[in-house]
Amino acid sequence: MNKKQGISVRTVVAIGIGTAIFFVLMRYIPIPTGVPDTNVNLAYGFLALMGAIFGPVAGGLIAFLGHMFNDLTWGEPWWTWIVADGIYGILFGLTKKYLNIENGDLTARKLVLFNVYQIVISILVWGIIAPTGDVLVYSEPASKVYLQGITSIICNALSVGILGTILLVAYARTRSKKGSLKKES
Amino acid sequence: MNNNVLIGYKQRDNFVDHLTGTTKLIGLIALSVIGMVSFDTRFLLVLTIGSLALFRLSGIKFHEVSFILSFITAFSVLNLIAVYIFGPQYGVHLYGSEHVIWQGVGPYNLTWEQLFYEFNLFLKYIFTVPLALVFLMTTNPSEFSSSLNRIGVSYRISYAVSLALRYIPDVQNDYRQISKAQQARGNEISKKGKLTHRVKAAAQILLPLIFTSLDRIETISQAMELRRFGKLKKRSWYAEKPMKRSDFAALMVIALVVVIGICLFKLNAGRFYDPFR
Repeated sequence: MNKKQGISVRTVVAIGIGTAIFFVLMRYIPIPTGVPDTNVNLAYGFLALMGAIFGPVAGGLIAFLGHMFNDLTWGEPWWTWIVADGIYGILFGLTKKYLNIENGDLTARKLVLFNVYQIVISILVWGIIAPTGDVLVYSEPASKVYLQGITSIICNALSVGILGTILLVAYARTRSKKGSLKKES
Repeated sequence: MNNNVLIGYKQRDNFVDHLTGTTKLIGLIALSVIGMVSFDTRFLLVLTIGSLALFRLSGIKFHEVSFILSFITAFSVLNLIAVYIFGPQYGVHLYGSEHVIWQGVGPYNLTWEQLFYEFNLFLKYIFTVPLALVFLMTTNPSEFSSSLNRIGVSYRISYAVSLALRYIPDVQNDYRQISKAQQARGNEISKKGKLTHRVKAAAQILLPLIFTSLDRIETISQAMELRRFGKLKKRSWYAEKPMKRSDFAALMVIALVVVIGICLFKLNAGRFYDPFR
């Protein structure tokens, strides 16, 4: 096979289908929290899985595009949170190498570390990047956006921690481990 | 589930419909970004009126979007109330003066500054709505990806966007089918169920949905691989429209609006227009 330029065909398709699913999850099955514009989004558990399988480019674009389409259908593209979402996706993509889920090599230790990592990046993205963007760009009162941020941290970390973990385990089970076949002597 | 604006594209023979997707995409991004940054009320008012006029021109019927509009209004109002609850003195802080209308309890009084600030926010919330709806409802999804490619996005990513638009209805359909099947087995997913039940039921829908989609990714990428997708540096688009004179005219108007927006930053010495000075 020739050396491919740019991202692989599989990644292109993963971005396309991933965005479609992310959009549908975000748009049609959000569970409201009571804080305006902040929902428990099952989309993030799915994002964790896509990032782990397809890497940072796919993760980042799925979140960015999915969130953008969702906002567009509501008529309000909220760019600071869309960009924050893209960063969140990229950060999930960085787990690909470590989790090595394609080879079904998922241990309890990896899952625990993954969950620690996801809590850290949730705090970083939803607690710092997104609300700070709102204060700087939209000039909204800090206490309001940080409340939205904190709610988002809890919701998204829960979504990733529960649904993401379930999905990762279920996906790893469908993959065969590297070196699981032995040559009979 | 049935109110999907994304697939609400219909051919409408009018000026807005005939613009290329490229023009509309640049317009949407440029205007929403300048409106996001600017806090000049006059500018935001002009933007809002302009985008409403565009909405009229586009020939979209009100009933096509009334559902979305009611939701957006509710969200905006909730947001504005939240802003008041968390920052009742924020307007005063921003504009550096205080004109009290009604002396309330503690920090919760009503000032012209706060009202004016929230009015600005309100304009910022709503002015993109007509623009986004016009964009979604008058742009052919396949043409949309060719326009992305034309403004410099790599064609692989443009194609991914086109795939996403193509598969959103399919994914919805899958979701609906799986959800009906689960409901037939007694899984409660509606608002009547308890939260824990709903979460559990949602997981039982998501697992099959996501795993069939992962299979789908393999199938589609193999089909594309067989058709030699991504082997060359460039790609042509079936749905591409050539840029016409009206497109250039529209782009000029957009550029003018953005330049005015930027000039106003200079004029106001900052992003805020302050009538209290």
